[in-house]
Amino acid sequence: MHRVVVTGTGVVSALGNNTVSFWQALLAGTSAVREIVAIDASQIRFKNGAEIRNFVPEDYFDAKDIPFMDRFAQFAVLAAREAIGNAGIEWTADLRETTAVITGSCLGGRAAEEIGYWELFHNGKNRIQPLTIPLAMSNAGASHICMQFGIEGPTYTVSTACASSSHAIGQAFWMVRSGAAPMAIAGGSEAPFFLGGLKAWEAMRVISKDTCRPFSAERSGMILGEGAGMLVLETLEGALARGASPIAEIVGFGMSADASHITQPLAAGPARAMRLALRDSGLAREQIGYINAHGTATEANDRIEAAAIRCTFGPHTDKLAVSSTKSMHGHTLGAAGALEAVACVLSLRDGMLPPTANFLTADPACDLDVVPNHARAATVEACLSNSFAFGGLNSVLAFKALS
Amino acid sequence: MNQTVQERVLKVIATSKRIPLEAVKPESSFEELNIDSLDRLNILFDLESEFEIEINDEQAKQVQNIREMIDGVTLLVQAKSAPLSVE
Repeated sequence: MHRVVVTGTGVVSALGNNTVSFWQALLAGTSAVREIVAIDASQIRFKNGAEIRNFVPEDYFDAKDIPFMDRFAQFAVLAAREAIGNAGIEWTADLRETTAVITGSCLGGRAAEEIGYWELFHNGKNRIQPLTIPLAMSNAGASHICMQFGIEGPTYTVSTACASSSHAIGQAFWMVRSGAAPMAIAGGSEAPFFLGGLKAWEAMRVISKDTCRPFSAERSGMILGEGAGMLVLETLEGALARGASPIAEIVGFGMSADASHITQPLAAGPARAMRLALRDSGLAREQIGYINAHGTATEANDRIEAAAIRCTFGPHTDKLAVSSTKSMHGHTLGAAGALEAVACVLSLRDGMLPPTANFLTADPACDLDVVPNHARAATVEACLSNSFAFGGLNSVLAFKALS
Repeated sequence: MNQTVQERVLKVIATSKRIPLEAVKPESSFEELNIDSLDRLNILFDLESEFEIEINDEQAKQVQNIREMIDGVTLLVQAKSAPLSVE
């Protein structure tokens, strides 16, 4: 078994289209929740989202390549490009053949499918754009990453709703730890701001008309976000041998299924996933100083997550800092696990914990130190990143600071 | 068919949840009928279709039992057919 480190991160988010601006915004407690502009929101009950505004594909891609990539795939490639650049990877033939690429996405390029349906059902046409499938397929992000960098190794995409990129990173971690791959590019991307998708969320009545206030008594639901996060994972010895600078170590991955309800969470499932992440990491509960929560700001999630944390950590819960960065970058669905993993590794590197923004008053049912509104300087030994998805699928990653 | 609002609401609930109409009474609680949060979403959706009304999220959240569902729908149906008043 190899020790596995993160040597590069890439971010595309409403808080900024690179890691540095993302991290600076998180530490400043900046919320990117604003009025939705991507579509006419007058026909939608909620008006706010954490969109990436003024994204011009031509700034990042050759014009000839753009028609082949849906927005979600463009985000994936951009984030991978930054992560690979930051990691300073020099692509040898061997690395190309053996590096794994594992991405997560809930929806893939479903916006492209919607355009096709509009033609068929609204405009009464009898054909749709021939690129619809290659644009819409959920693996498009991973495929385009491989195409851009000539990576020929084991590559696939995971779709587990809001836990997609967390599962993807976990799988990639296990591959590198076991020696199945020397290196992996892992993360996820999502671009949910299209009419049909937003209407589907509206029907669930879980989107806030206000903003995202995780763990607040005043919370009133989620705010959708978009973007991508990518990590470069490699063996510690491989990183040191090529002169790379590891940011943090990834040490554990735990998974579970609630086996309870298709939308309502159950505390036992998340608690088990956290316990299994700890067991996989070999860490004791007391070594965890921070949890980046799933923290969607729905009534149910935050309450159940707080209960699950207390169940897992017992009295040590009172020594934990728990924050939800969804308060700032929104719920990016399939990209959530990846963006939040980036926040975790940077917190360990810098000894700074991002806050839970938009926090008003404490909810007794969420009895946690949620790092309200202001980032906190805190040297933490290890942290967890929680992702708890619709359908009761739970994924938890554990990271450790490098000494 | 001149069914009352109440009769139509009970019928929508029974159909949506696939339970016998006789089991659905105005005094029934959601728990008794095993109606969970997701079932409630579906029932509200079906009520919107049946009565051609819109039930917004705030109104939806306030509905704690069948009686309140009937009352809420009644109000929305009345509001729909009420003539516009000039204040």
